[in-house]
Amino acid sequence: MIEELRAKARELLESKTVSVVIGYGQGSTPTITRPVFIRKPEDVHMLIWNKYCYNNLAYYLTKKDVLRLGKPALVVKGCDVKAVMVLVQESQVVRENVILLGVSCSGVENPPGNKCKYCDVNTPTFCDFVFGEKIESKPDAAQAIADVTELEKLTPKARWEFWLKEFDRCIRCYACRNACPLCYCDRCVADLNQPQWIETSPHLRGNFAWNIVRAMHLAGRCVQCGECERVCPMGIRLMTLNKKLANTVLQKFGYRSGYDPKAPPVMASFKPDDSNEIFR
Amino acid sequence: MSNENFEPKIIAFVCNWCTYAGADLAGTSRLQYAANVRIVRVPCSGRIDPIFILKAFERGADGVLVSGCHPGDCHYTAGNFYARRRWIVFRDLLEFVGIPPDRVQFSWISAAEGAKWADTINDITAKVRSLGPFHSYPKLRTVE
Repeated sequence: MIEELRAKARELLESKTVSVVIGYGQGSTPTITRPVFIRKPEDVHMLIWNKYCYNNLAYYLTKKDVLRLGKPALVVKGCDVKAVMVLVQESQVVRENVILLGVSCSGVENPPGNKCKYCDVNTPTFCDFVFGEKIESKPDAAQAIADVTELEKLTPKARWEFWLKEFDRCIRCYACRNACPLCYCDRCVADLNQPQWIETSPHLRGNFAWNIVRAMHLAGRCVQCGECERVCPMGIRLMTLNKKLANTVLQKFGYRSGYDPKAPPVMASFKPDDSNEIFR
Repeated sequence: MSNENFEPKIIAFVCNWCTYAGADLAGTSRLQYAANVRIVRVPCSGRIDPIFILKAFERGADGVLVSGCHPGDCHYTAGNFYARRRWIVFRDLLEFVGIPPDRVQFSWISAAEGAKWADTINDITAKVRSLGPFHSYPKLRTVE
Protein backbone atom coordinates (compact mmCIF):
# COMPACT_ATOMS: atom_id res chain seq x y z
CA MET A 1 0.00 0.00 0.00
CA ILE A 2 2.79 2.39 0.84
CA GLU A 3 4.38 1.79 -2.55
CA GLU A 4 1.16 2.81 -4.31
CA LEU A 5 0.95 5.90 -2.12
CA ARG A 6 4.55 6.84 -2.91
CA ALA A 7 3.99 6.22 -6.61
CA LYS A 8 0.94 8.46 -6.66
CA ALA A 9 2.82 11.13 -4.74
CA ARG A 10 5.67 10.97 -7.23
CA GLU A 11 3.24 11.18 -10.12
CA LEU A 12 1.48 14.21 -8.65
CA LEU A 13 4.74 16.02 -8.08
CA GLU A 14 6.30 15.15 -11.43
CA SER A 15 3.20 16.31 -13.30
CA LYS A 16 3.18 19.46 -11.17
CA THR A 17 -0.45 18.76 -10.26
CA VAL A 18 0.60 19.60 -6.72
CA SER A 19 3.52 21.57 -5.33
CA VAL A 20 3.82 19.65 -2.07
CA VAL A 21 2.77 16.29 -0.68
CA ILE A 22 2.07 16.43 3.04
CA GLY A 23 2.26 13.03 4.68
CA TYR A 24 3.81 11.04 7.48
CA GLY A 25 7.52 10.40 7.74
CA GLN A 26 9.76 8.58 10.17
CA GLY A 27 10.22 10.28 13.53
CA SER A 28 13.17 10.19 15.88
CA THR A 29 12.22 6.82 17.41
CA PRO A 30 10.49 3.77 15.88
CA THR A 31 7.19 4.66 17.56
CA ILE A 32 7.04 8.26 16.41
CA THR A 33 6.13 9.70 13.05
CA ARG A 34 6.25 13.29 12.00
CA PRO A 35 4.60 15.30 9.23
CA VAL A 36 6.75 15.59 6.10
CA PHE A 37 6.43 18.13 3.32
CA ILE A 38 7.71 16.59 0.12
CA ARG A 39 8.38 18.93 -2.74
CA LYS A 40 10.74 16.88 -4.89
CA PRO A 41 9.57 13.66 -6.60
CA GLU A 42 12.76 11.84 -5.56
CA ASP A 43 11.89 12.38 -1.87
CA VAL A 44 8.65 10.38 -1.88
CA HIS A 45 10.43 7.45 -0.23
CA MET A 46 10.17 9.48 2.98
CA LEU A 47 6.46 8.76 3.11
CA ILE A 48 5.54 5.98 5.52
CA TRP A 49 2.35 4.52 6.88
CA ASN A 50 1.98 2.68 10.16
CA LYS A 51 -0.02 2.66 13.38
CA TYR A 52 1.98 5.60 14.72
CA CYS A 53 0.63 8.01 12.14
CA TYR A 54 -1.34 10.00 14.71
CA ASN A 55 -1.25 13.56 13.48
CA ASN A 56 -4.23 15.15 11.84
CA LEU A 57 -2.59 16.67 8.78
CA ALA A 58 -5.73 18.64 7.92
CA TYR A 59 -4.25 21.04 10.45
CA TYR A 60 -1.93 22.41 7.76
CA LEU A 61 -4.68 23.44 5.37
CA THR A 62 -5.27 26.67 7.28
CA LYS A 63 -1.63 27.55 7.89
CA LYS A 64 -0.32 30.36 5.70
CA ASP A 65 3.24 29.06 5.68
CA VAL A 66 2.05 25.80 4.19
CA LEU A 67 -0.39 27.28 1.72
CA ARG A 68 2.45 29.44 0.46
CA LEU A 69 4.11 26.28 -0.87
CA GLY A 70 1.33 25.83 -3.41
CA LYS A 71 -1.41 23.30 -4.03
CA PRO A 72 -1.01 20.41 -1.57
CA ALA A 73 -1.76 16.72 -1.64
CA LEU A 74 -2.64 15.50 1.83
CA VAL A 75 -2.35 12.00 3.26
CA VAL A 76 -5.48 11.58 5.37
CA LYS A 77 -7.10 8.98 7.58
CA GLY A 78 -10.88 8.81 7.91
CA CYS A 79 -10.87 10.99 11.01
CA ASP A 80 -8.66 13.58 9.28
CA VAL A 81 -10.99 13.75 6.28
CA LYS A 82 -13.84 14.77 8.56
CA ALA A 83 -11.82 17.80 9.61
CA VAL A 84 -11.23 18.67 5.95
CA MET A 85 -14.96 18.45 5.34
CA VAL A 86 -15.68 20.92 8.12
CA LEU A 87 -13.03 23.27 6.73
CA VAL A 88 -14.72 23.07 3.32
CA GLN A 89 -18.09 23.65 4.96
CA GLU A 90 -16.76 26.76 6.70
CA SER A 91 -15.20 28.08 3.48
CA GLN A 92 -11.67 27.80 4.83
CA VAL A 93 -10.62 25.34 2.14
CA VAL A 94 -11.72 25.04 -1.47
CA ARG A 95 -12.09 21.33 -2.12
CA GLU A 96 -10.62 21.63 -5.62
CA ASN A 97 -7.47 23.21 -4.23
CA VAL A 98 -6.32 20.12 -2.36
CA ILE A 99 -5.77 16.53 -3.41
CA LEU A 100 -6.81 14.09 -0.70
CA LEU A 101 -4.83 10.85 -0.53
CA GLY A 102 -6.98 8.69 1.72
CA VAL A 103 -5.54 5.71 3.57
CA SER A 104 -7.45 2.79 4.98
CA CYS A 105 -6.69 2.76 8.69
CA SER A 106 -7.39 0.09 11.28
CA GLY A 107 -6.53 2.38 14.14
CA VAL A 108 -3.56 4.18 15.65
CA GLU A 109 -1.66 3.08 18.72
CA ASN A 110 -2.96 4.37 22.09
CA PRO A 111 -5.74 6.45 20.61
CA PRO A 112 -6.90 9.30 22.83
CA GLY A 113 -10.40 8.84 24.20
CA ASN A 114 -10.51 5.41 22.60
CA LYS A 115 -11.37 7.06 19.32
CA CYS A 116 -10.29 4.16 17.11
CA LYS A 117 -12.22 1.41 18.81
CA TYR A 118 -15.61 2.39 17.41
CA CYS A 119 -14.43 4.21 14.30
CA ASP A 120 -16.93 4.38 11.44
CA VAL A 121 -14.59 5.77 8.78
CA ASN A 122 -11.79 3.20 8.60
CA THR A 123 -11.83 3.55 4.83
CA PRO A 124 -12.29 7.25 4.11
CA THR A 125 -14.69 8.76 1.59
CA PHE A 126 -14.51 12.19 -0.03
CA CYS A 127 -10.91 11.53 -1.17
CA ASP A 128 -9.42 11.78 -4.63
CA PHE A 129 -7.58 8.49 -4.15
CA VAL A 130 -7.82 5.80 -1.48
CA PHE A 131 -4.95 3.44 -0.64
CA GLY A 132 -5.05 0.16 1.21
CA GLU A 133 -7.53 -2.67 1.48
CA LYS A 134 -11.08 -1.60 2.23
CA ILE A 135 -11.75 -2.07 5.93
CA GLU A 136 -15.28 -2.72 7.17
CA SER A 137 -16.03 -0.38 10.04
CA LYS A 138 -17.64 -1.70 13.20
CA PRO A 139 -19.10 1.44 14.69
CA ASP A 140 -20.92 1.38 18.00
CA ALA A 141 -22.34 4.80 18.69
CA ALA A 142 -23.41 3.97 22.24
CA GLN A 143 -20.04 2.52 23.23
CA ALA A 144 -18.20 5.36 21.56
CA ILE A 145 -19.68 7.77 24.12
CA ALA A 146 -19.50 5.38 27.07
CA ASP A 147 -17.25 7.79 28.99
CA VAL A 148 -19.84 10.54 28.53
CA THR A 149 -22.74 8.39 29.71
CA GLU A 150 -20.70 7.24 32.72
CA LEU A 151 -20.27 10.85 33.81
CA GLU A 152 -23.91 11.67 33.16
CA LYS A 153 -24.86 9.02 35.69
CA LEU A 154 -23.06 10.90 38.48
CA THR A 155 -24.67 13.58 40.62
CA PRO A 156 -24.09 17.20 39.57
CA LYS A 157 -21.80 17.67 42.56
CA ALA A 158 -19.71 14.63 41.61
CA ARG A 159 -19.47 15.91 38.04
CA TRP A 160 -18.38 19.34 39.27
CA GLU A 161 -15.66 17.74 41.43
CA PHE A 162 -14.53 15.63 38.48
CA TRP A 163 -14.16 18.55 36.12
CA LEU A 164 -12.50 20.74 38.75
CA LYS A 165 -9.87 18.04 39.17
CA GLU A 166 -9.38 17.90 35.41
CA PHE A 167 -9.17 21.65 34.86
CA ASP A 168 -6.98 22.17 37.89
CA ARG A 169 -4.22 20.40 35.96
CA CYS A 170 -4.52 22.74 32.98
CA ILE A 171 -1.36 24.76 32.54
CA ARG A 172 -2.76 26.88 29.69
CA CYS A 173 -0.11 25.76 27.26
CA TYR A 174 -2.81 25.88 24.53
CA ALA A 175 -1.42 22.72 22.96
CA CYS A 176 -5.03 21.65 22.49
CA ARG A 177 -5.77 24.80 20.55
CA ASN A 178 -2.58 24.59 18.55
CA ALA A 179 -3.10 20.96 17.55
CA CYS A 180 -6.74 21.34 16.59
CA PRO A 181 -7.36 21.59 12.83
CA LEU A 182 -10.49 23.61 13.51
CA CYS A 183 -8.98 26.17 15.85
CA TYR A 184 -7.83 28.47 13.08
CA CYS A 185 -8.92 31.88 14.37
CA ASP A 186 -6.35 34.58 13.73
CA ARG A 187 -7.09 36.04 17.13
CA CYS A 188 -8.32 33.57 19.69
CA VAL A 189 -10.76 34.87 22.28
CA ALA A 190 -8.33 33.72 24.96
CA ASP A 191 -5.70 36.14 23.68
CA LEU A 192 -7.90 39.22 23.81
CA ASN A 193 -7.15 41.57 26.66
CA GLN A 194 -9.38 44.54 25.89
CA PRO A 195 -11.64 43.29 27.32
CA GLN A 196 -10.12 40.19 28.82
CA TRP A 197 -12.80 37.56 28.64
CA ILE A 198 -10.75 34.62 29.85
CA GLU A 199 -8.24 34.95 32.65
CA THR A 200 -4.89 33.84 31.31
CA SER A 201 -3.13 32.60 34.43
CA PRO A 202 -3.23 28.82 34.95
CA HIS A 203 -5.61 28.88 37.89
CA LEU A 204 -8.89 27.03 38.17
CA ARG A 205 -11.24 29.92 37.52
CA GLY A 206 -9.62 30.89 34.24
CA ASN A 207 -8.97 27.27 33.27
CA PHE A 208 -12.63 26.53 33.71
CA ALA A 209 -13.62 29.41 31.44
CA TRP A 210 -11.01 28.46 28.83
CA ASN A 211 -12.03 24.84 28.54
CA ILE A 212 -15.75 25.57 28.56
CA VAL A 213 -15.43 28.31 25.96
CA ARG A 214 -13.26 26.15 23.73
CA ALA A 215 -15.77 23.33 23.97
CA MET A 216 -18.55 25.76 23.00
CA HIS A 217 -16.56 27.16 20.09
CA LEU A 218 -16.12 23.60 18.81
CA ALA A 219 -19.74 22.59 19.41
CA GLY A 220 -21.10 21.10 16.23
CA ARG A 221 -17.68 21.49 14.60
CA CYS A 222 -15.35 19.13 16.43
CA VAL A 223 -14.89 15.87 14.54
CA GLN A 224 -13.35 14.09 17.53
CA CYS A 225 -10.03 13.42 15.89
CA GLY A 226 -8.57 13.31 19.41
CA GLU A 227 -5.51 15.46 18.74
CA CYS A 228 -6.35 17.80 21.63
CA GLU A 229 -6.34 15.03 24.18
CA ARG A 230 -3.29 13.37 22.66
CA VAL A 231 -1.17 16.51 22.87
CA CYS A 232 -2.39 17.66 26.29
CA PRO A 233 0.62 17.31 28.58
CA MET A 234 -1.65 16.98 31.60
CA GLY A 235 -3.91 14.28 30.18
CA ILE A 236 -7.13 16.24 30.55
CA ARG A 237 -10.23 14.42 29.32
CA LEU A 238 -10.94 16.81 26.49
CA MET A 239 -12.41 14.15 24.23
CA THR A 240 -15.11 13.47 26.84
CA LEU A 241 -16.10 17.12 26.85
CA ASN A 242 -16.12 17.38 23.06
CA LYS A 243 -17.98 14.09 22.62
CA LYS A 244 -20.66 15.29 25.03
CA LEU A 245 -21.37 18.34 22.91
CA ALA A 246 -21.21 16.34 19.69
CA ASN A 247 -23.83 14.04 21.18
CA THR A 248 -25.99 16.99 22.28
CA VAL A 249 -25.89 18.38 18.77
CA LEU A 250 -26.77 14.99 17.34
CA GLN A 251 -29.68 14.42 19.73
CA LYS A 252 -31.13 17.92 19.54
CA PHE A 253 -30.49 18.81 15.90
CA GLY A 254 -29.80 15.48 14.21
CA TYR A 255 -26.41 16.74 13.03
CA ARG A 256 -22.95 15.18 12.94
CA SER A 257 -19.98 17.24 11.86
CA GLY A 258 -17.61 16.02 9.18
CA TYR A 259 -19.97 13.90 7.10
CA ASP A 260 -21.51 16.38 4.68
CA PRO A 261 -19.47 19.35 3.49
CA LYS A 262 -22.56 20.90 1.93
CA ALA A 263 -24.66 20.87 5.08
CA PRO A 264 -25.13 24.25 6.78
CA PRO A 265 -23.01 24.41 9.95
CA VAL A 266 -25.32 23.48 12.80
CA MET A 267 -24.57 26.43 15.10
CA ALA A 268 -24.56 28.90 12.22
CA SER A 269 -28.01 27.94 11.07
CA PHE A 270 -31.40 27.35 12.59
CA LYS A 271 -34.80 25.83 12.00
CA PRO A 272 -37.87 27.88 12.84
CA ASP A 273 -39.20 24.85 14.72
CA ASP A 274 -36.16 24.18 16.94
CA SER A 275 -37.35 23.20 20.38
CA ASN A 276 -38.40 25.83 22.92
CA GLU A 277 -38.39 23.38 25.81
CA ILE A 278 -35.70 25.15 27.84
CA PHE A 279 -37.37 28.53 27.41
CA ARG A 280 -39.86 29.86 29.82
CA MET B 1 -27.51 25.33 52.62
CA SER B 2 -30.11 27.75 53.95
CA ASN B 3 -29.32 31.27 55.00
CA GLU B 4 -32.20 33.42 56.20
CA ASN B 5 -30.57 36.64 55.06
CA PHE B 6 -29.31 35.41 51.75
CA GLU B 7 -30.43 37.62 48.90
CA PRO B 8 -29.42 36.12 45.57
CA LYS B 9 -27.78 38.25 42.91
CA ILE B 10 -29.49 37.61 39.60
CA ILE B 11 -27.91 38.97 36.44
CA ALA B 12 -30.31 39.25 33.53
CA PHE B 13 -28.98 39.60 29.99
CA VAL B 14 -31.91 40.97 28.05
CA CYS B 15 -32.51 42.08 24.51
CA ASN B 16 -33.19 45.76 24.02
CA TRP B 17 -36.29 45.52 21.88
CA CYS B 18 -38.43 42.98 23.66
CA THR B 19 -37.43 41.92 27.13
CA TYR B 20 -35.94 45.26 28.17
CA ALA B 21 -39.10 46.99 27.00
CA GLY B 22 -41.14 44.38 28.84
CA ALA B 23 -39.17 45.06 32.01
CA ASP B 24 -39.79 48.76 31.46
CA LEU B 25 -43.50 48.10 31.13
CA ALA B 26 -43.43 46.21 34.42
CA GLY B 27 -41.93 49.34 35.91
CA THR B 28 -44.39 51.79 34.44
CA SER B 29 -47.23 49.52 35.48
CA ARG B 30 -45.86 49.69 39.03
CA LEU B 31 -45.71 45.91 39.28
CA GLN B 32 -43.96 44.74 42.48
CA TYR B 33 -41.31 42.12 41.96
CA ALA B 34 -38.10 40.87 43.56
CA ALA B 35 -35.39 43.52 43.60
CA ASN B 36 -32.57 41.04 43.18
CA VAL B 37 -32.11 41.42 39.46
CA ARG B 38 -29.39 43.44 37.76
CA ILE B 39 -30.19 44.00 34.10
CA VAL B 40 -27.62 44.05 31.33
CA ARG B 41 -29.10 45.33 28.08
CA VAL B 42 -27.82 44.02 24.74
CA PRO B 43 -29.20 44.75 21.27
CA CYS B 44 -30.35 41.18 20.68
CA SER B 45 -30.36 37.84 22.48
CA GLY B 46 -28.13 36.65 19.64
CA ARG B 47 -25.43 38.98 20.98
CA ILE B 48 -25.23 37.14 24.26
CA ASP B 49 -22.07 35.04 24.32
CA PRO B 50 -21.89 32.04 26.65
CA ILE B 51 -18.83 33.68 28.15
CA PHE B 52 -21.02 36.48 29.55
CA ILE B 53 -22.75 33.89 31.70
CA LEU B 54 -19.46 32.46 32.90
CA LYS B 55 -18.18 35.94 33.68
CA ALA B 56 -21.35 36.70 35.64
CA PHE B 57 -20.74 33.63 37.79
CA GLU B 58 -17.06 34.49 38.16
CA ARG B 59 -17.98 37.88 39.54
CA GLY B 60 -20.47 36.57 42.08
CA ALA B 61 -23.82 36.08 40.37
CA ASP B 62 -25.92 33.41 42.01
CA GLY B 63 -28.24 33.06 39.04
CA VAL B 64 -28.39 34.25 35.46
CA LEU B 65 -31.39 34.96 33.27
CA VAL B 66 -31.12 35.22 29.51
CA SER B 67 -34.11 36.64 27.73
CA GLY B 68 -35.08 37.83 24.28
CA CYS B 69 -37.83 38.27 21.73
CA HIS B 70 -40.14 35.39 20.92
CA PRO B 71 -38.97 33.33 17.92
CA GLY B 72 -40.24 35.04 14.82
CA ASP B 73 -40.37 38.45 16.46
CA CYS B 74 -36.69 39.29 16.57
CA HIS B 75 -36.00 42.91 15.75
CA TYR B 76 -33.06 41.70 13.64
CA THR B 77 -35.16 38.91 12.11
CA ALA B 78 -33.19 35.82 13.15
CA GLY B 79 -30.87 36.68 16.06
CA ASN B 80 -32.96 34.80 18.57
CA PHE B 81 -33.07 31.72 16.36
CA TYR B 82 -29.29 31.46 16.53
CA ALA B 83 -29.43 32.21 20.25
CA ARG B 84 -31.92 29.41 20.76
CA ARG B 85 -29.57 26.84 19.27
CA ARG B 86 -26.65 28.23 21.24
CA TRP B 87 -28.51 28.00 24.58
CA ILE B 88 -29.79 24.51 23.93
CA VAL B 89 -26.16 23.39 23.59
CA PHE B 90 -24.71 25.60 26.35
CA ARG B 91 -27.26 24.51 28.90
CA ASP B 92 -26.35 20.89 28.25
CA LEU B 93 -22.69 21.75 28.69
CA LEU B 94 -23.27 23.56 31.98
CA GLU B 95 -25.26 20.65 33.30
CA PHE B 96 -22.53 18.25 32.20
CA VAL B 97 -19.85 20.09 34.16
CA GLY B 98 -22.03 20.17 37.25
CA ILE B 99 -23.50 23.67 37.31
CA PRO B 100 -27.12 23.29 38.46
CA PRO B 101 -29.30 24.14 35.42
CA ASP B 102 -31.69 26.04 37.69
CA ARG B 103 -29.05 28.74 38.11
CA VAL B 104 -29.25 29.67 34.43
CA GLN B 105 -32.67 30.28 32.97
CA PHE B 106 -33.86 31.28 29.56
CA SER B 107 -37.04 33.00 28.52
CA TRP B 108 -38.82 34.71 25.67
CA ILE B 109 -40.44 37.87 26.96
CA SER B 110 -42.00 40.38 24.62
CA ALA B 111 -42.33 44.12 25.08
CA ALA B 112 -45.96 43.70 26.07
CA GLU B 113 -45.30 41.07 28.73
CA GLY B 114 -44.52 43.19 31.77
CA ALA B 115 -46.31 40.76 34.03
CA LYS B 116 -44.36 37.83 32.62
CA TRP B 117 -41.12 39.68 33.37
CA ALA B 118 -42.16 40.20 36.97
CA ASP B 119 -43.21 36.56 37.30
CA THR B 120 -39.99 35.31 35.73
CA ILE B 121 -37.84 37.38 38.08
CA ASN B 122 -39.82 36.29 41.11
CA ASP B 123 -39.52 32.71 39.95
CA ILE B 124 -35.78 32.65 39.34
CA THR B 125 -35.12 34.58 42.55
CA ALA B 126 -37.08 32.03 44.57
CA LYS B 127 -35.38 29.10 42.86
CA VAL B 128 -31.90 30.52 43.35
CA ARG B 129 -32.65 31.51 46.93
CA SER B 130 -33.52 27.91 47.68
CA LEU B 131 -30.34 26.73 45.93
CA GLY B 132 -28.28 29.04 48.09
CA PRO B 133 -25.31 31.24 47.20
CA PHE B 134 -23.21 30.00 44.32
CA HIS B 135 -20.04 29.80 46.38
CA SER B 136 -18.28 27.15 44.37
CA TYR B 137 -17.74 29.28 41.30
CA PRO B 138 -16.31 32.61 42.45
CA LYS B 139 -14.25 30.80 45.08
CA LEU B 140 -12.35 28.93 42.38
CA ARG B 141 -8.70 29.75 42.71
CA THR B 142 -7.56 32.71 40.71
CA VAL B 143 -4.83 35.31 40.77
CA GLU B 144 -6.00 38.30 42.71
